[in-house]
Amino acid sequence: MSRRLPHVDRVGVEERAAQLGKRSIKTTAKEQGIRLAISMLDLTTLEGADTPGKVRNLCAKAVCPAPTMPEIPSVAAVCVYPSLVATAAEALRGTGVHTASVATGFPAGQTSLEVKLTDTRDAVEAGADEIDMVISREAFLAGEDARVQREIVAVKEACGDAHLKVIIETAELGSYDHVRHASMLAMEAGADFIKTSTGKAASGATPGVCLVMLEAIRDYTERTGRPVGFKAAGGVSTSKAALHRLVLVKETLGDEWLTNERTRIGASSVLNDLLMQYAKTETGRYGRSEDFSKE
Amino acid sequence: MTTETRTTITWDYAPAPEATDHIRLKDRYGLFIGGEFVPSERYVPTINPATEEPIAEIAWAGPQDVQRAIEAAREAQPRWAALPERERAKYLFRIARLIQERSRELAVVETMDGGKPLRESRDVDIPLAAAHFFHYAGWVDKLVYGVNAREVRPLGVVGQIVPWNFPLLMAAWKLAPALACGNTAILKPAETTPLTALLLGEIIQEAELPPGTVSILPGDGALGAQLVRAPGIDKIAFTGSTGVGRDIQAALAGQPTRLTLELGGKSANIVFEDAALDQAVEGIVNGIFFNQGHVCCAGSRLLIQESVQHEVINKLWRRMSLLRVGDPLDKNTDVGAINSAEQLQRIEALVQAGEEEGAHRQSVACELPARGYWFAPTLFTDVSPVHRIAKEEIFGPVVSVLSFRTQAEAIEKANNSPYGLAAGIWTDKGAKAFEVASALKAGVVWQNTYNHFDPTAAFGGYKESGFGREGGPAGLRPYLEIVR
Repeated sequence: MSRRLPHVDRVGVEERAAQLGKRSIKTTAKEQGIRLAISMLDLTTLEGADTPGKVRNLCAKAVCPAPTMPEIPSVAAVCVYPSLVATAAEALRGTGVHTASVATGFPAGQTSLEVKLTDTRDAVEAGADEIDMVISREAFLAGEDARVQREIVAVKEACGDAHLKVIIETAELGSYDHVRHASMLAMEAGADFIKTSTGKAASGATPGVCLVMLEAIRDYTERTGRPVGFKAAGGVSTSKAALHRLVLVKETLGDEWLTNERTRIGASSVLNDLLMQYAKTETGRYGRSEDFSKE
Repeated sequence: MTTETRTTITWDYAPAPEATDHIRLKDRYGLFIGGEFVPSERYVPTINPATEEPIAEIAWAGPQDVQRAIEAAREAQPRWAALPERERAKYLFRIARLIQERSRELAVVETMDGGKPLRESRDVDIPLAAAHFFHYAGWVDKLVYGVNAREVRPLGVVGQIVPWNFPLLMAAWKLAPALACGNTAILKPAETTPLTALLLGEIIQEAELPPGTVSILPGDGALGAQLVRAPGIDKIAFTGSTGVGRDIQAALAGQPTRLTLELGGKSANIVFEDAALDQAVEGIVNGIFFNQGHVCCAGSRLLIQESVQHEVINKLWRRMSLLRVGDPLDKNTDVGAINSAEQLQRIEALVQAGEEEGAHRQSVACELPARGYWFAPTLFTDVSPVHRIAKEEIFGPVVSVLSFRTQAEAIEKANNSPYGLAAGIWTDKGAKAFEVASALKAGVVWQNTYNHFDPTAAFGGYKESGFGREGGPAGLRPYLEIVR
């Protein structure tokens, strides 16, 4: 069966997304927006050099990002590779911060379904309550939508109670039509969240990509009644970028999505910029990066 | 820690008003004649339609002032036309740069005087006004190539009457090509929005244009009528309503005075079932709610293919309810104030007619400020082509939805109008877009976008939407005599 793609107009998408980047977020709106963005963060470390020590430090920061500013909330989750899930789960126990793990042969996904499922089960058994999987771009680009969906369904089953975020890796899909189509496939296969990118590709959560995925969520939710979450990951490294993503969410999906149950931002470096911008709204000065711990 | 972090954080945009403390408006503005601001016998306040507060007193011109301006323009014209072409271009480049330098001030004043959102005056009106001067500055030494001739000459003195919906931008559309071609000009800004035209007068002074090259005479329709009938004017360019356009054409019948008219419209925005629907909805919103619908080419007749009609209307209504209506100076406002009490009455009357004739009305339930002139964005469904709201120009934030079944029916319905200014086509199929575009009797056809303006593109109408083109090389033609 030949694939029927949805129609998405690149110029129109990018104009609208850029226009929403011009919303003026000042004073109280900026403070609240920054706190909201922090509460939505999936604080992430996905490097070959990750060690239990580094992960524990990151977890401490996730729970209490700024001890001198008690109104700053914890982040939503810490996201690590499967081998470090046990360490993270231990460090986060009882804090309300979730333990997320990438799985399914992250980031390329070029392994057998068996390996992907084992990867997932291992992470869940080690204590992950959120799984970030990658779709098989190899299958998607070859036009095998059914195989893409079968894998998602199988991984969802392997997740058990853990929440499933499905990464469509937009930079490798090549067009907004594909972004929207992959978003729909993922949601129809049972994704709890759809996520832009692994953070390992050339680009990530660009405003246009976010808008197209949010519109897909809006239409899917309206049709089925099942709300699906959105995670922007890749390239969101400044407060301005984070607030722009929140504006996109607010004006596409509405205020019901402005909670970390439905919106996440996957990032590592953005947290310090958010903290520095927050401190600036309080003190009027943009602080030094040395004032905040790197992890 | 844990419990606190899970409390809900509510997020609304705080008010983000553009600062006005950098604006230094005078209490009174005179007439701009012969390179000077001169007093008048009569002053009328111009008011802010969002607050109903007066902003400044504006001199209104009388018949003697028209005569003086014409004399000054006649005197200046031969020397202006005789300037070396690159010299004349320099003045236009200077005006363009000065508009850019004062863009923030001009944007704020445009918003205060006319009620349009700052977002639009800042991002559209003022940058485009500068772009028009830049564009025509570039044509000054290439006029013959612009109109495919070997020798051209200016017409002489032109009278230009502009509307209140894009006050500075329309002044730029008119003045830039006229001056580029070697004409001198008398500009009459609209009675409710004279301020930015007068600031343009200051800019023209600062750019040291020879006195008399441009005169600016504020006043109402009576002044416009005098200007049209005054001897000594070689060409009239008018943008405004079709009714006034008819009067002007009748007044000039049998006269040697040349004329171009850019009049009203009831433009069709056609959404096919194979369109990118989310982007089409953005285009519909931009087509009709841009500048509160005070746009001659507004996409006020929305034609949707029946197979996607419900989906598009649902999406449109949802999107409309997100529009932020209110203080035009707030940087997050999408829809500002209606330009005048008179215009508000016109909109209200037509909307009432729409309800009485049986169309289904939905208006966004937004909180409107207590003072000023406001109209909530409004959607009419169950509209028949016979209804007044499907035929007459409302010039407000009101869209009428009609449906069609086939491409042929879409074309027939779109063309079934006394107007022919603009149209929009929404489809993902290139061939279909070209087919439909060539069948539409409209001066401007946008594909997968709407209300997109560019100084290089010709703009103008068919039928009762007027004649003559503005913008691009086509915009030179109405200001030139082709000698050979």
